[in-house]
Amino acid sequence: MQYIPNILFLIALVVGVGFFTMNIRKVIRNIKLGHGVDTSDHKAERWGNVFRIALGQSKMVVRPIPGLLHIVVYVGFIIINIEVMEIVIDGIFGTHRIFSFLGPVYDFLIASFEILALLVLVGVILFWTRRNVQKLKRFWAREMTEWPKNDGNFILYFEMILMVLFLTMNAADLQLQQMGAAHYTQAGSFPVSSFIAPLFENFSEATLIIIERTAWWLHILGILIFLNYLYWSKHLHIMLAFPNVYFGKVVPKGKFKNLEAVTNEVKLMMDPNADPFAAPAEGAEAPAKFGASDVMDLNQIQLLNAYTCTECGRCTSECPANITGKKLSPRKIMMDTRDRLEEVGKNITKNGEFKPDGKQLLGDYILHEELWACTTCNACVEACPVSIDPLSIIMDMRQYLVMEQSAAPMELNGAMTNIENNGAPWPYNQMDRLNWKNEA
Amino acid sequence: MSDAIKVPTMAEYMAQGKQPEVLFWVGCAGSFDDRAKKITKAFVKLLNNAGVDFAVLGTEESCTGDPAKRAGNEFLFQMQAMGNIEVLNSYEVKKIVTACPHCFNTIKNEYPELGGNYEVVHHTQFLKSLLSEGRLKVEGGKFKGKRITFHDPCYLGRANGEYEAPRELLQKLEVELVEMKRCKSRGLCCGAGGAQMFKEPEEGKKDVNIERTEEAIETKPDIIAAGCPFCNTMLTDGVKGKDKEGDIAVMDVAEMIATAEDF
Ligand code: SF4
Ligand code: SF4
Repeated sequence: MQYIPNILFLIALVVGVGFFTMNIRKVIRNIKLGHGVDTSDHKAERWGNVFRIALGQSKMVVRPIPGLLHIVVYVGFIIINIEVMEIVIDGIFGTHRIFSFLGPVYDFLIASFEILALLVLVGVILFWTRRNVQKLKRFWAREMTEWPKNDGNFILYFEMILMVLFLTMNAADLQLQQMGAAHYTQAGSFPVSSFIAPLFENFSEATLIIIERTAWWLHILGILIFLNYLYWSKHLHIMLAFPNVYFGKVVPKGKFKNLEAVTNEVKLMMDPNADPFAAPAEGAEAPAKFGASDVMDLNQIQLLNAYTCTECGRCTSECPANITGKKLSPRKIMMDTRDRLEEVGKNITKNGEFKPDGKQLLGDYILHEELWACTTCNACVEACPVSIDPLSIIMDMRQYLVMEQSAAPMELNGAMTNIENNGAPWPYNQMDRLNWKNEA
Repeated sequence: MSDAIKVPTMAEYMAQGKQPEVLFWVGCAGSFDDRAKKITKAFVKLLNNAGVDFAVLGTEESCTGDPAKRAGNEFLFQMQAMGNIEVLNSYEVKKIVTACPHCFNTIKNEYPELGGNYEVVHHTQFLKSLLSEGRLKVEGGKFKGKRITFHDPCYLGRANGEYEAPRELLQKLEVELVEMKRCKSRGLCCGAGGAQMFKEPEEGKKDVNIERTEEAIETKPDIIAAGCPFCNTMLTDGVKGKDKEGDIAVMDVAEMIATAEDF
């Protein structure tokens, strides 16, 4: 009988972690639907980015207030996880505060967890206020309704509850320690919960144990539920931000990739010795599709980008098109890509392979109008705190529109015809290119 | 300085069996757009004055393909790029300077993989090195003490990380440099990039160039300095739209230097 809590705990742990693993596998499978990209270059720079941008949060502090708040919550989150290790060990072996043998170090750890928990609580409340009371513009955009809007708040509620449970647990524990209750080792230093403990002053030992145990269980179950919530949430970034930053763009932002399939064709066209009627080489691949109309046409980094997006809207709030009221929002590009990828993933889970569903990313999610409003200014790429590149998706979809569908806006077709015929986007003769030299 | 500008072509150099120090890539705007042609000429005056041995491709130059690429037409881009690379390589060009950040970005970043490897600099970077080498002398002159705000071209700034060269030049003119709210890496686009220059904007509340011009006007400048022919057009239109063309000029950094020094 006495092992029942241990067994229940193990079951919860295995189910929680198992379910989470299953969903992460889905994420990986879905990302692999994209093209592979060679990322073996710039290793040192990539690691440098991980340390500076992901671990060091360098892009977050561009906006100091939310940046600092975010660092508090992030540092708190990481460090309080050490405590979760202890909770897991205690849970499995039925021990209590197993690390307490560390003595003064333990006191120091618990004290810092408590202070961090309080700071996190304050940070999260301020975040909530920014979203719901101050109603910052970037959280109230067209794409931030329904699930994305609730998601943002749910995460904050989760964190509030977890912190309150953690402090309640400690307060009850402290009170029990002071009563000299059996099993409750004298350990830890409680700079925050010692202010809560007086609330429990006249409680009986039995009541206190119930409070302590309930808080302990709810806290760890809450963490397991939160872990599993990630898959549906923008909060997935707490894990994916690191690989995503590693795989982020390391060449100048202005450098767009050259399509290799096009290079081969153009070379052939320009080679005077090439035989235009020659049969395609043995084993030649089917002609590639140019650009992207659906998630499978994107590359794996772009799909990882979509899962990593924190929906913070920093990109959108710097986007010249969005600022001036156009439909384009780089954040929406990322959210649409994730939504469509999830839809495709579900389709695969259900049918074993992708069964065409008459939908695609282009048109059903991302509108032509959005794509054509982009000035390719890179403001979104620069702003993103986790190195996402919405512009690359916009460009790939433009390529599809132009090269596969000839669906560019009319005036653009005119400019392109001019470039083709006379080497300038305007209808001037190439032979007049140096006329400026002699004009007054 | 005589009024006549000297603009030799690569073909002429070739005929004489010579190689210039640098090729000046004029670009489509610099060749055909009335406003941008003035920038081209101002830059040539500076080159002449500094005794830079340069040449242009002239009628052998063709669009870099930047607008085609950003519009999504990779075919047309690569056709243009390969054609240009063939010409540039046949002249064994090593170094290129251009007053257009779009040409600069494309030739510098996107041509190498297609076989075009050159040292490419923006004209503000080139002018900066002429100054530091003492080949070009600039002193306050006409713009001393004037309020100037510099608009970062996306394809020079964010795209290639160059924020300082144009500002250093302006500082040499002893101007009072005032920054807009959104500047350097957070600078707001003028609205021309990504082939927007060649199409009507999508439906919205406002045109991007108006938003940017308003921001520039907030700094109460005498002059809005630019480093790109397209930004120049956009901001000039913006200033006109705000009926400020009498008070605020939009000028390229090279034009400012040429004017300041009365070249
Ligand atoms: S690159 Fe396009 S999407 Fe990104 S900020 Fe600029 S205009 Fe907006
Ligand atoms: S793309 Fe980056 S900046 Fe934009 S919402 Fe997502 S995380 Fe934020």
